[in-house]
Amino acid sequence: MIEAQNLTKRFGNQLVFQDLNFKINDGDFISLIGPNGSGKTTLVKILMGLEKKTSGKLLLNRKEKIGYVPQFRNIDLDYPLSIEQFIRLNLKFSFSPAKRRLENVQIENILEKTGLTQLKDRPLGLSSGGEKQKAYLAQALLNDPQVLILDESTASLDIKVKMQLMDLVQQLNQKYNLTVIFITHDYELTKKYTQRALLFKDKTIEQLSINDISENMFEREG
Amino acid sequence: MFGYEFMRQAFIASTFIAITAGLVGVFVVSRNMSFLSHTLSEIGFAGASFGILIGISPLAGMIIFTLVSSVAVGSLSTESSRREASISAISSLFIGLGILFLSLSSESSSYATNILFGSIVGISAKEVHQLLILAIFVIFIFIIFYKPLSFDSFDHIGAQAAGLKTRLLSIVFLITLALSVSIGAQIVGSLLVFVLLTLPGATAKYLVHSMPKLIMVSVGLSLAGVWLGLYLAFITNWPVTFFIAAFEVIAYFLGLSYKNWKLSH
Repeated sequence: MIEAQNLTKRFGNQLVFQDLNFKINDGDFISLIGPNGSGKTTLVKILMGLEKKTSGKLLLNRKEKIGYVPQFRNIDLDYPLSIEQFIRLNLKFSFSPAKRRLENVQIENILEKTGLTQLKDRPLGLSSGGEKQKAYLAQALLNDPQVLILDESTASLDIKVKMQLMDLVQQLNQKYNLTVIFITHDYELTKKYTQRALLFKDKTIEQLSINDISENMFEREG
Repeated sequence: MFGYEFMRQAFIASTFIAITAGLVGVFVVSRNMSFLSHTLSEIGFAGASFGILIGISPLAGMIIFTLVSSVAVGSLSTESSRREASISAISSLFIGLGILFLSLSSESSSYATNILFGSIVGISAKEVHQLLILAIFVIFIFIIFYKPLSFDSFDHIGAQAAGLKTRLLSIVFLITLALSVSIGAQIVGSLLVFVLLTLPGATAKYLVHSMPKLIMVSVGLSLAGVWLGLYLAFITNWPVTFFIAAFEVIAYFLGLSYKNWKLSH
């Protein structure tokens, strides 16, 4: 469970957001919405411990691991590693053969879960957009996080592939009680997949049920 | 050829240099730092001539200059376009400095030739020892940082997302790169050290698709290049550097053709 009480963040004199109050329960599938620059990424960084809060409380079980799928990745056509090798980057170093066997099982499981088993030897650079996204997802899920944060991970994909990826995330959410925080500008996907939303507005957050979400909340700034 | 003491020395030194360069090269290529490694070798040239000028060994001068500048360049700017411009500005300055130091030091021009083009065959036992220690140090650092460095080099954004200390890793890498440039320059010279530091890694990228294999192929190509270069230089009396450069370039284009051929089939 993640709970924020009056969570506030400033960069110097500049206020990013103040008095955020929200609660995310285990197994929730929520979206994080609001215009660009409204503080979504900063909040995520605080959740992940990469950025410090200015004041307020953030209750979060430190043992709770968070997997994060960032928005952009620079993988070009010449990128050499195979899908499996790319996922393996997120493993720690271990000499012990027993641990290595365990890691191999871990890799097999994650390939299976994300439907990449058949494609594991394909160079990531030559994979399709959807396959790449699955590989990013698999890498983030490798250490069995309880929370998964998707940072507009579907933005560059066509609609069919988007749905496939979100179906997969939904399956993982339901089957393994994985908490999912989906940062998005996509109204349709929010409506279809998430249970409720946190809307960044006027430097704070509003908690919305799925019925309160309307399309005009998704207008981008600029 | 191993009947000669100087050839044995050359063989041992170049073997370790090739292993180091092949290993580091995989990461140079994946971190898009080929250009920086070239600049570092020019800075190394200035360092070596500075060493001669003040009476310390060229290798020591080279290490000091490349270490300081690699960390400085690394912290200059993270924005790549600006970094490129700063790097080329710095490299021109250092080539100029290198020429100045050499002319001030009143050493014969053969020294300049040695630094620029390499002088592996004239290497002394003491120098071999120094190179071995440095090479082993670099390899040791790579073993310690192998996993996080691979993650950061092959998926920088993912490594950040996973909470790795990417800034620290970048500095560690730049230090090992500076050392590799300095030791590599002893065999192929500072003008061509980036041949060993980039081409085997770049060729490996076209051939194989896993971390261990990339390293094996890169080190293999690097070793094959220096061994073949030494042998051919021994029998023809042509410069080692020429053969190494020719071998690595041919291997690179064969690798590229292989990749293109595979893509079209």
